[in-house]
Amino acid sequence: MTPSINSLRSGKIIYLALGLLALALPQIITNKYILHVVIMCYMYAIAIYGLNLILGYTGQLSLAHAGFYGIGAYTVGILTLKLKLSFWLALPAACILASLVGVLVGLISLRLKSHYFTIFSLCVGLILFLTIEHWESLTEGVRGLIGVPPPNPIPLPGGGAIVFTDLQAQYYLALLCLVFTIFVMNRIINSMVGRTFMAIRNSEELASTIGINVFAGKLLSFVISAFFAGLAGALFAGYIRFLGPPMSHPNMTFEFLLMLLIGGQATLAGPLVGALLVNTVTESLQFMQSYRYVVFGPFLILVVMFFPQGIVGGYYSLRNRIRLKKQAKEALQEIPPVLVTGNTKTKSEELRG
Amino acid sequence: MELYFQQLLNGLTLGSIYCLIALGLTLIYGIMHIPNFAHGHLYMVGAYCVLFLCTLYGFNYWIAILISMVVLAVLGILMERLVFHPLRNAPPTNTFIAAVGALLFLEAGATVLWGADYRRMPEVFDKVVNIFGIMATQQRLVVIFSALALMGALYLFMKKTLIGSTIEAMSQDREGAFLVGIDANMVSMMTFGVASALAAAAAGLAGPLFLVFPAMGSLLIIKAFVIIVLGGMGSIPGAVAGAYILGLAESLGATVFPAEYKDLVAFILLVIILSIRPTGLFAKEGR
Repeated sequence: MTPSINSLRSGKIIYLALGLLALALPQIITNKYILHVVIMCYMYAIAIYGLNLILGYTGQLSLAHAGFYGIGAYTVGILTLKLKLSFWLALPAACILASLVGVLVGLISLRLKSHYFTIFSLCVGLILFLTIEHWESLTEGVRGLIGVPPPNPIPLPGGGAIVFTDLQAQYYLALLCLVFTIFVMNRIINSMVGRTFMAIRNSEELASTIGINVFAGKLLSFVISAFFAGLAGALFAGYIRFLGPPMSHPNMTFEFLLMLLIGGQATLAGPLVGALLVNTVTESLQFMQSYRYVVFGPFLILVVMFFPQGIVGGYYSLRNRIRLKKQAKEALQEIPPVLVTGNTKTKSEELRG
Repeated sequence: MELYFQQLLNGLTLGSIYCLIALGLTLIYGIMHIPNFAHGHLYMVGAYCVLFLCTLYGFNYWIAILISMVVLAVLGILMERLVFHPLRNAPPTNTFIAAVGALLFLEAGATVLWGADYRRMPEVFDKVVNIFGIMATQQRLVVIFSALALMGALYLFMKKTLIGSTIEAMSQDREGAFLVGIDANMVSMMTFGVASALAAAAAGLAGPLFLVFPAMGSLLIIKAFVIIVLGGMGSIPGAVAGAYILGLAESLGATVFPAEYKDLVAFILLVIILSIRPTGLFAKEGR
């Protein structure tokens, strides 16, 4: 019993330390550029958490994700820029609109399986992209939406206000949303709903035999993933304040996918780790911008070939292996020495098994 | 009325190009269950190949197409060996992602090597012919008839040669093919070779009609996927029918819808058909 409690405690301490670090980051880092990269990572991570739910936990590869990201961003952009609505109203509106489109798309596409679903979702992604690109009266087409206002200032009770032209305020907004996302994801995957998703991932046939409504499960997962893509897009709109159609192109989905795969799909830390790592690397390799995809493409192949669990998944399986070894050793010590002599190898092999 | 006939001819031209690409894609899918997402980019490499052979080295148009078919067949086989063969036992999602990786690599590689600018292939058959009052450039007729000839050749190859029969046997029954001693590796490589050569032929034929640029394959591949989904993935007659349906729908749709929504036609067609029939129009198997 003791080791598990210890590891639980050490886990909590690590999370607490990471949380404090995240809170203190704007005070530690004075370099605006680095802070900007971190904010972008947080936003990407929120979108990738959505992708993680549908791909990692429910096993459906949806390539329409950037489309929902685009919907979120353009909803905020259009509502705040053209209708002069407050950002704080536009933000939930963006999430709701993305989810609603998610429901519609999901109702049609989730009846399809495996490759059919993926191809269909890719077409949906392209339809969303082409609509954004061509609906000039609404989205300004290829010119893009320029000058989206930043989130409205929040007045503080003691006078003064939180102003979002400030990088630090933007940082805390992104962090708050990220924490919210992780919290929700944690609740989902540790609940019955999450287990339903995983059952569907492991085998749709088996899941439906034990009484799971596979379609409803997939739809719920898809809509939640669209919600978080919309949230990430909405934050992006309020932060970057310029929106162009390429952000909703399937290529963006591919980038999300790479970050998720490197971080580790079907893990809670994977999306954040992947977003931070991939963005830091690509930002530091800015000089080879045109070669980016030349490296990126083969890398994607190598990751699925040799490292399909990603960094976090790899860490977990390594830890599990060490733990199993330790348990085997302990089990060995508990057995009276007389029995050990003949059975040593088989016992440990069984446990590792 | 004349406009519609004109668009009909354009639709047939488009359909022929789509057909050659979709055939390769459906062959690969039917035999290995790989959605080869990079197929459209093989088409792009094929187009550059023909372009350079014609302009830089002054080859005859038809010889350039033949050489580029061979080059692309080798490239296709290489891709099968390096990317898809190691992943043959991986979950389908991983294969798809690997194909996306190959696609990104080819497109970026072409941009780095040859620049992102649009190029025009010299027109060989630029005379205009008048058939029953419809004006058509010779190139369009060349496309339509060459595509038919290639389809005929593919049919003969599949039915009359040993390699063709093994490919067909694999697509009909994988285990059965193994039982009679068909080498899966050989068949996979051959399929990729044939499919890529078809893509190169399509690129060479379409080249003088359209522009050549690194991203030319990305929209096309999705249309090709729409076609093979329409035709029931893995079905060869389905792919041919789907290709002409899409080609005609696009060109006739252009007379009804504004031009900027032209590319949406394919996807909307797919959405409608899949909403009604989730397994495609000519489904080969209940999937």
